[in-house]
Amino acid sequence: MSATLTLLHDGRSDEFAGADPARPAISPEDLEVALGWELQPEGLCQGPMCVPVDQDALVGDGGLDLGVFADALQRPLVTDEKHDVAALGASHHDRGEALASLQAPDFTLPDLDGNPHSLSDQRGKKVLLVAYASW
Amino acid sequence: MINVPTILWIDEEGRIARPNDVAFGSNDFKEMTGIDSELHLERLRAWVRGEGPAMTPEETRAVQTLPTAAEQEARAEFTLAWWLSQRGHAEDAESHYVRAGELAPHDFTIRRGSMLIRGLDPMGEDFMKIVNEWTEAGNAFYRPIEPVSAS
Repeated sequence: MSATLTLLHDGRSDEFAGADPARPAISPEDLEVALGWELQPEGLCQGPMCVPVDQDALVGDGGLDLGVFADALQRPLVTDEKHDVAALGASHHDRGEALASLQAPDFTLPDLDGNPHSLSDQRGKKVLLVAYASW
Repeated sequence: MINVPTILWIDEEGRIARPNDVAFGSNDFKEMTGIDSELHLERLRAWVRGEGPAMTPEETRAVQTLPTAAEQEARAEFTLAWWLSQRGHAEDAESHYVRAGELAPHDFTIRRGSMLIRGLDPMGEDFMKIVNEWTEAGNAFYRPIEPVSAS
């Protein structure tokens, strides 16, 4: 059975028609446009970087198997077949590398008046970042 | 980030000068948490005034907690559950919230942070139940990067 798959990834969501919810897959074109990876003879490539992948397992009748893609990049993929939705998380390896670089990742959040503020706006100042919750 | 409050120091160049740590802005909860807020505030004031050091990159990396594969899978499950909740599928979201908590039982931003939307009380018995289970198994609820015991 095919349906429209909603894929949650990298802080956004994309929809792909014709995907099998039991085995989420997308076309090579969608992989490139939505996820920024291209299938090459060397493997999955993003710019000059390529990751080896079992292409026999990756490529099927329904397109590129997202589970195989996720495994190759060490990214978690979790699914809900009933609602045809999947979430592709960030790789712990990539997150760890980014954190160990000690460069604080930029982000933008609104203040109480809705005005956006980015961490990078504070460059040149010392910043104390506090996360709290009122639950 | 696996719990709140969490603080982070970032220097003028955007570099992490003190990694995620537990610190309170006052001693209102000192009796409950055992954490003296003044210890962090004194260090913070000294750093801001240029009278005291931040951590070196080596010291920072030595106390950083880097994410595991299970934690990243928990965050993906939470993302999926939240998406379902926001679209009126609370019952179907529940198994994903539960799975996220199983994958990262120490991550109270997931476990406590999902309580309100699941119809549970993040300030009452439901919360105390998971905290007690966690601490009675020998785990700390707050995990500061260095001793911050109350005097």
